[in-house]
Amino acid sequence: MSEGIGARVLRKEDKRFITGKGRYTDDIVEDNQAYAAFVRSPHAHARIVSIDTTAAMKMEGVETVLNGAQLTGDGIGNIICGWAVASKDGSPMNMGAWSALATEKVRYVGDAVAIVVADTKSLAKLAAEAVVVTYEELPVVVGSLQALAGGAPQLHENAPGNLIFDWEIGDLAPTDAALAAAAHVTEMDITNNRLAPNPMEPRSAIATFNDAEDHYTLYTTSQNPHVARLVLSAFYNVAPEHKLRVIAPDVGGGFGSKIYIYPEEIACLWAAMKSGRSVKWTSDRTEAFLTDAHGRDHVSTAKIGFDGDGMIVGLKVNTKANLGAYMSLFSSAVPTYLYGTLLSGQYNIANIYCDVQAVYTNTVPVDAYRGAGRPEACYVIERIMETAAREMGVDPAELRAKNFVTSFPHQTPVIMAYDSGDFATNQKQAQKAADVAGFRARKAEALGRGKLRGLGYSNYIEACGIAPSAAVGSLGAGVGLWESAEVRVNPVGTIEILTGSHSHGQGHETTFAQIVAERFDLPTENIKIVHGDTDKVQFGMGTYGSRSGAVGMSAIVKAMDKVEAKVKKIAAHVLEAGEDDIVIEGGAVKVAGTDKQMLWHEVGLAAYTAHNIPDGMEPGLKETAFYDPTNFTFPAGCYICEVEVDPDTGVTEVVQFVASDDFGTIINPMIVEGQVHGGIAQGIGQAMLENVVYDDAGQQLSASYMDYTMPRADDLPNYSVHHASTTCPGNPLGMKGCGEAGAIGSPPAVINAITDAIGNNNLSMPATPAAVWTALQAASIKLAAE
Amino acid sequence: MKIAMTVNGKSVSREVSDNTLLVEYIRDHLRLTGTHVGCDTSQCGACVVHVDGQATKSCTMLAASAEGLAVTTVEGLAKSKDDLHPMQVAFKENHGLQCGFCTPGMIMTATDMVTRYHTQGKELTEDAIRVHLEGNICRCTGYHNIVKSIADGASKMTTV
Repeated sequence: MSEGIGARVLRKEDKRFITGKGRYTDDIVEDNQAYAAFVRSPHAHARIVSIDTTAAMKMEGVETVLNGAQLTGDGIGNIICGWAVASKDGSPMNMGAWSALATEKVRYVGDAVAIVVADTKSLAKLAAEAVVVTYEELPVVVGSLQALAGGAPQLHENAPGNLIFDWEIGDLAPTDAALAAAAHVTEMDITNNRLAPNPMEPRSAIATFNDAEDHYTLYTTSQNPHVARLVLSAFYNVAPEHKLRVIAPDVGGGFGSKIYIYPEEIACLWAAMKSGRSVKWTSDRTEAFLTDAHGRDHVSTAKIGFDGDGMIVGLKVNTKANLGAYMSLFSSAVPTYLYGTLLSGQYNIANIYCDVQAVYTNTVPVDAYRGAGRPEACYVIERIMETAAREMGVDPAELRAKNFVTSFPHQTPVIMAYDSGDFATNQKQAQKAADVAGFRARKAEALGRGKLRGLGYSNYIEACGIAPSAAVGSLGAGVGLWESAEVRVNPVGTIEILTGSHSHGQGHETTFAQIVAERFDLPTENIKIVHGDTDKVQFGMGTYGSRSGAVGMSAIVKAMDKVEAKVKKIAAHVLEAGEDDIVIEGGAVKVAGTDKQMLWHEVGLAAYTAHNIPDGMEPGLKETAFYDPTNFTFPAGCYICEVEVDPDTGVTEVVQFVASDDFGTIINPMIVEGQVHGGIAQGIGQAMLENVVYDDAGQQLSASYMDYTMPRADDLPNYSVHHASTTCPGNPLGMKGCGEAGAIGSPPAVINAITDAIGNNNLSMPATPAAVWTALQAASIKLAAE
Repeated sequence: MKIAMTVNGKSVSREVSDNTLLVEYIRDHLRLTGTHVGCDTSQCGACVVHVDGQATKSCTMLAASAEGLAVTTVEGLAKSKDDLHPMQVAFKENHGLQCGFCTPGMIMTATDMVTRYHTQGKELTEDAIRVHLEGNICRCTGYHNIVKSIADGASKMTTV
């Protein structure tokens, strides 16, 4: 089947995007639509003394101005974090109150104070500027180490010392003992820089309240519209679920930042009810920098010990995780269960201990961004492995290889049970593709041109397919992480697949159709994927954590199993054959070994006419399924980066980037390669270009594309992408997931390459020309002194 | 004020306020929503259209400044409704898009780039494509397949 599993099928969704017919939230106009603008705090930390809306309310065309006291007065609930993480001593996390519109205090620059609704977008913005808020400024703290220090400004009364939780994983005493007895110990301070996700489509929402029906509709830029409806309904008390429809139409990228339910959607829904107008809000880019959840921001110390044979004996990590001013929806899970659990990397490590202090600061809330915790874990383990190899004078690839996990299943000391993998084959394949053997000659040639050439590895592993509901429930998750699907075979034989996964660039309309085409031997043209609307799809947990293949497609497979069984029953009945003899192929349902057959659409028609189906069978051909995974999946791979540094300027060029990944079964290699390309670009961006910077007053200095360095075409190389797959035993298609790998695996490869080139392991991200030049000078001075 | 221009080959005239940006005119007044807004600082290129044949960031031009000029948006790029421009075909065939939000701007920049190079008789190398994409940001593709698409689109445009 040319369009089935493994085929490079061109994307069904492309035509509307290349012709300008995509339908994103901001493209939609509702009847009687007004526009919202938010009055936002210019201070990072302040008490609200008064809000004077008189002048704004007097402006012609201003519908209403509403504040936090009115919002809480109407019973709209506080924004919550949905994953409970307990401290070492068993105490619950200290979650401070977060109102969609601030009431007494503002805690970061951009914190929303009031919503203005007016006839036009520009008028709403002008009116927002006319709202006079009097603040009493408070002292500010932006860094996690500073926020934990004695005497630091306090953000939330119920979080003394700004500590949200002090969490641990693994065993401390045996890890300390192993490190004490180690033949070699490497210690490093490792910082993972704060990033802004920056999907190209800014967040947007249009809320409509129909008072005759007592019903709300929300168009929103969401990766998980059903989760949005659940949270808006159950926690924020906007409306019960049957009176709230959430639609996420075409969504222009997410990368995690569109998982969460933000103050703006809540305020727009509430303002629509208060004003009787449809209320539309679209973020501008600076507003996005100031309000979209940021990613990363870890400050860690790590210590790894080896015995005399180079085998790892223990790993100990301490991390301070900056969660910003409030706890966003999944913020607590990122630096804990998505981080500490992956610190074993691809290696056999008997003893691991990690503790994490999560901290409030006067900055934008931090939550999952592509990879979410796993890039931070990978960066710690892969930086320290490379550095340890250099310190011990051994080949970094060989040091990794001799410590690889080679038998599966493998239980790590940090919860995860790896189910499959072949780390050595991926490493060898990457080395071959990168021509590691020829590196010495390339380095010499580069030196002849005055350039310093370096090579760096990263052997990543991640946990995807998030996740078995009972398992995440026992770890504190407030939701189950299954997925649902519905397979509708229409009377004419065409198929609609309703899925709770959400596509915002991943190409589900193509790949989901491919697994149906494969199963029923039909053209993808006859298969339509429906997603993103709570009125159409009954429920779903959405797309993040590289889960749409391993979990979302598995739900479709389960529903197809049921459809197939019914199709075979009907055909066996009509064709007077045994069910076991029925096969589906070539657009027909046949009795094997005979010329008796029904065309596929004839079975569909038979199911709906119900004139001749087995006794007791219900008419129709539509099945639903919920799939709950049995384990996480474990994509893994080897990335090799080669760079050239200009020693005079520190300007660094990535001259080669090779990836060899194990994603399990691949449905569409073209799309998978695209996911890897994009992930690597974001990883190179983190390693060399991107950084959210605050000054001491909590003002974000990097809040526009003039200031925050987004990777552009001439910053990046072409990527050499390869696969060496092992089948995932945990789901019916054998899939592991590919969406986050590039962003997880690439940063350490880049930094390991640059540090190799300059001969100094002490280099932080982003490795800007100034940072590289400075580190190079330090290395030269050290060399001279020796 | 009343302004008149040609948009995608048709004469259009609308009453607008003086400060209406060309992108607002295209999206809000003409409801051609293929042209996007991705930033506030003329950096991202999601809003690129052709004004008298030249790639232009429509967030950086007043609608009034386009008085009497010919504007082409992504909706008007193909010869007819049932047709695709060779560059559009190239983006599809080379998987040059994922979420699709930057895509119209990329395609409009790409066709302008290719036309300029063809007119000047110069070869559009990969390095040149990357340099000329400096005004267009994509967050999904890592540019690899966009660069491939433009190179392929360039050859398709030559042979058409």
